[in-house]
Amino acid sequence: MAVIVAFGRYLPDRVLRSDDLAVRLGVDSAWITEVSGIQERRVAGDDETVVEMGVRAGRDCLARVDANPGLVLVSSGTPGRRFPGPAAEIAHKLGFAGIPAIDLPVASAGSLFGVVLGAQLASAYGPVLVIASERMSEVAMAEPLDKNMAILFGDGAGACLIHTDAPGLEIVDSVLHSDGSWAGDLQLGLTGPLHMNGPTVIMQAARKLPGAISELLKRNSMLPGAVAVFVMHQANRNLIDRAARVLDVPAARFYANIAKYGNTSSASMLIAASEWREANAPASGDQVCMAAFGAGFHWGAVLLTARA
Amino acid sequence: MSRQEKIIEIVKRVSKSDVAPDPEESLFDSGYLDSFALTDMVGEIEREFSIVIPDADLTPRRFDSIERIDSYVARLADSNA
Repeated sequence: MAVIVAFGRYLPDRVLRSDDLAVRLGVDSAWITEVSGIQERRVAGDDETVVEMGVRAGRDCLARVDANPGLVLVSSGTPGRRFPGPAAEIAHKLGFAGIPAIDLPVASAGSLFGVVLGAQLASAYGPVLVIASERMSEVAMAEPLDKNMAILFGDGAGACLIHTDAPGLEIVDSVLHSDGSWAGDLQLGLTGPLHMNGPTVIMQAARKLPGAISELLKRNSMLPGAVAVFVMHQANRNLIDRAARVLDVPAARFYANIAKYGNTSSASMLIAASEWREANAPASGDQVCMAAFGAGFHWGAVLLTARA
Repeated sequence: MSRQEKIIEIVKRVSKSDVAPDPEESLFDSGYLDSFALTDMVGEIEREFSIVIPDADLTPRRFDSIERIDSYVARLADSNA
């Protein structure tokens, strides 16, 4: 049995409000909120690298639990160099040099894939620390500015620790999918700007996210209404609301903090889960569903049950 | 009501427009649809014509005009017949 025993997060202090960004982009700030639900996002300083933010999120997570990891998984689509990825350096800076540390360059769905892999590997390696850290503002706000891209993204890091046989959120089941035929529709090349075919990405995400959740719940003989809270990748408020509508669940049951942080790619789901868990104590037996969709395309969902 | 007329009604409803687009007009460029409205429209087309549009066909170009949608729905209906 694999259980998420703690979450953690790190957000840079610097806030970029949509009002200020709108002036820079020459657009109406109401338009930004209307198309994305984003009111502000965090922007990392020079010293807040993917590694540093990942370390701080990892520390925040480990401070909430009495356990050390036997394996570290790090998701980032913005690692800053081709290799080595940030995983080994983050593990070292957390004081765990020597344990295996694996990079997952999966972008937005990376933390979801990390949680599923961590659940499988915890019995072999001991507690698995999953970290997702992203500096999306750097690529989204590169000149020449593309207003459709620049409004969406922010920086930050999230983390969780997966243990075996402990109180927390038991990882009951999961579905993961990948389809490389869409690789060109959302990509960040070795050089050059972030490319996103927005309409295609939204059409596919709007179908595949609720589809993965439905597939998972059906397999567990559950209806969406039985899930206490959904914590999704925070891509776009409209996308979250649409998933709620398709699943016939009140939008309020989808935890959302995108208004504060924007889309932090793979970090967003763990940052949201960390904030949700800090503000809520799920009752034993409560069902929680996490889901993500992103470049690749990669997508999926995880079902968790609160265990006292 | 013809199939094309039904599609026009769906586009008008989803785009909250009283004006019917020209059959060849780009629904994106003319501002009838944005990404989310397009997604809503696809759902309504599936319900109206009792068809299931495969994920692989969910590309904006396929649904960019009334004519394109009409011919796509006709093809899909034929292949399901």
